[in-house]
Amino acid sequence: MGNKTEINAKGKEKAEALLNVEDLSLSFIQYTSGLRQTELKVISNLSIQANRGEILAVVGSSGSGKSLLTHAILGILPSNAKLDGKIEYDGQVLTQKDKEDLRGKEIALVPQSVTYLDPLMKVSNQVIGAVEKGKEDLMKKLQREIFQQYNLKPEVERMYPHELSGGMARRVLVSTAVMSPAKLIIVDEPTPGLDEKTLNETLSYLKDMANKGSAVMLITHDIEAALKISDKIAVFYAGTVLEVANVEDFKNDGENLRHPYTQALWNALPQNKFQAIEGHQPMQDEVVDGCVFYERCYKKNELCSKGIPQIKKINGGVVRCNNVS
Amino acid sequence: MSNKKKIAGFIGKKILRLISLLLVVSFVSFMLVQYSPIDPVRAYLGEMAVSAEHKEKLEEYWGVNTPPQEKFLNWAGSLLKGDFGVSLIYRMPVIDVIKERFKASLALMASSWLISGILGFILGVVAGMNKGTLLDRVIKTYCYVLAATPTFWLALVLLMIFSVYLGWFPIGLSVPIGVMAENVTFFDRLEHLILPALTLSVLGVAQIAMFTREKLIEVMSSDYVLFAKARGEKGLDLVLRHGIRNVALPAITLQFLSFSELFGGTVLVEQVFSYQGIGLATVSAGLKSDVPLLLGIVLISTVFVFVGNMIADIIYQFIDPRIKQQESTT
Ligand SMILES: Nc1ncnc2c1ncn2[C@@H]1O[C@H](COP(=O)(O)OP(=O)(O)OP(=O)(O)O)[C@@H](O)[C@H]1O
Ligand code: SF4
Ligand SMILES: [Mg+2]
Repeated sequence: MGNKTEINAKGKEKAEALLNVEDLSLSFIQYTSGLRQTELKVISNLSIQANRGEILAVVGSSGSGKSLLTHAILGILPSNAKLDGKIEYDGQVLTQKDKEDLRGKEIALVPQSVTYLDPLMKVSNQVIGAVEKGKEDLMKKLQREIFQQYNLKPEVERMYPHELSGGMARRVLVSTAVMSPAKLIIVDEPTPGLDEKTLNETLSYLKDMANKGSAVMLITHDIEAALKISDKIAVFYAGTVLEVANVEDFKNDGENLRHPYTQALWNALPQNKFQAIEGHQPMQDEVVDGCVFYERCYKKNELCSKGIPQIKKINGGVVRCNNVS
Repeated sequence: MSNKKKIAGFIGKKILRLISLLLVVSFVSFMLVQYSPIDPVRAYLGEMAVSAEHKEKLEEYWGVNTPPQEKFLNWAGSLLKGDFGVSLIYRMPVIDVIKERFKASLALMASSWLISGILGFILGVVAGMNKGTLLDRVIKTYCYVLAATPTFWLALVLLMIFSVYLGWFPIGLSVPIGVMAENVTFFDRLEHLILPALTLSVLGVAQIAMFTREKLIEVMSSDYVLFAKARGEKGLDLVLRHGIRNVALPAITLQFLSFSELFGGTVLVEQVFSYQGIGLATVSAGLKSDVPLLLGIVLISTVFVFVGNMIADIIYQFIDPRIKQQESTT
């Protein structure tokens, strides 16, 4: 693998995507009454890219499938999940086996909550992780440095997860990713329950990682936080990405935003028009033939209910809508 | 260090509870025995023929004609002085009978408790790790069958196979017949111990194995194991690092909570193998109306089961860091 990376690096310009997800669909096989088997579709035809040195925010409301996307990339989905589409890392299509090899080495996850830490293991042991023999001292040193940098006192090392405060837990979770040599860092929902100061601190850690050359994928439903640090924003809705916009596009009345849903999200913010749109995203068991946003869209026409809209590239962004120019 | 203090306080409270429990147990069992058709004089004499005069003396000695309340107070009073009375059938102090018998049973119970705990835990882990495979189903079936097997029946089967048919082990008694007590060797004891201990272990495996299996499956699908996987941990290392860590404590706790089943199993197994332990003494005392011995055993076994529960509580409250923390913050 080392050899190949070198060759790749030479032949590629810097902006080449480190992670490329194309047309990803994910469903769960479920057995309903009797032996009838149904498929519950949670992600459909999703495409995104994450670039080195950049932060890509994936913004979407609760239950839209964001965490499952991260699990799909890491290959930790439950056994009844069915995955279609392509996940490429550094130009190479990933199989389940590849994902298992890359986890913790090339790709790191910063999980959503403290429940992702072993309740019976001291924090420092978990941050260090399972280490090869002979490397323990080195890793211990690294962990101490990171804790110091993140303002975690030495006594935190000996604490158990339930003893951590919200802010401490967040820093500990982030430091698990910093410990690893990973170049793609997926951060799942790091902001809930944090006060203003800790929030900004956490965001700055992520910015640091990107500045050091990693590709950071920030999963969140907090569009404001995402706008503070990200380069690109992917808007996630009902299991798919409706738009990928550049941060600069979010200004004024949102006239530069391509998708009606993104505009609605932007206008719902308190400092903007503070107008929420009606309705909710379709349930997973609802079969939607056309555009997933159809029910709530003010721009819809007849065509929209027939067939999924194609992806279009507009103004350096991507959108999935029939009525944009 | 304050933790030590807390444990001391905890044990203190437990001991108070034990004392009140013993009071109730002794009163209830005394009254039960009192109102059952037991004649201590007949029990003492057995088939012996004695003169009427002698019998009267004995009746007075056993207090046949004193009112029950007074008898209870007399008995409880000497109990407080450490005097459990004299066993009618063994004709020696109850406390000595219990000491001797309990020692023999302890070897039996301790070995089967350990073996069933370790074996059951390992089987549970193996089944849980291989959930849904043939191996898992074999272990599960084994446990279900065992859970439905009566103790005495399994004991009889093992006795028939290993002692009667194969002749590998002696048929009964915890020591060889006709050998002076001081000449009984460790191996003699061991030989007599193996089959009863095996019976008890084989039966004890089921509960702990099924529990461990369920718990391990639950732990392995938890968020934290998912995250450990996401960090590149896998296979046996993953199970050892996170699975065992989270299953061990509840499993050990469960094993300590099983002291009452252990005692019950011992009574049955000792019966089948004529193993001279506390279980056999219990049955004899019951059948032959040896009231002092019976009451003594009831009290001792209460303490035994209570100690098991107390250890389980201590593990739960003082070793699990989550509970420990809660205690100190409230
Ligand atoms: N094993 C599963 N079987 C069936 N459905 C599942 C399974 N796991 C998750 N889902 C469903 O998939 C949907 C997406 O879940 P996911 O956790 O990815 O949402 P999310 O966008 O991360 O939400 P949140 O912001 O609350 O974290 C949820 O509605 C959930 O009910
Ligand atoms: S495709 Fe049609 S319904 Fe969907 S967002 Fe665009 S205009 Fe609205
Ligand atoms: Mg989530």
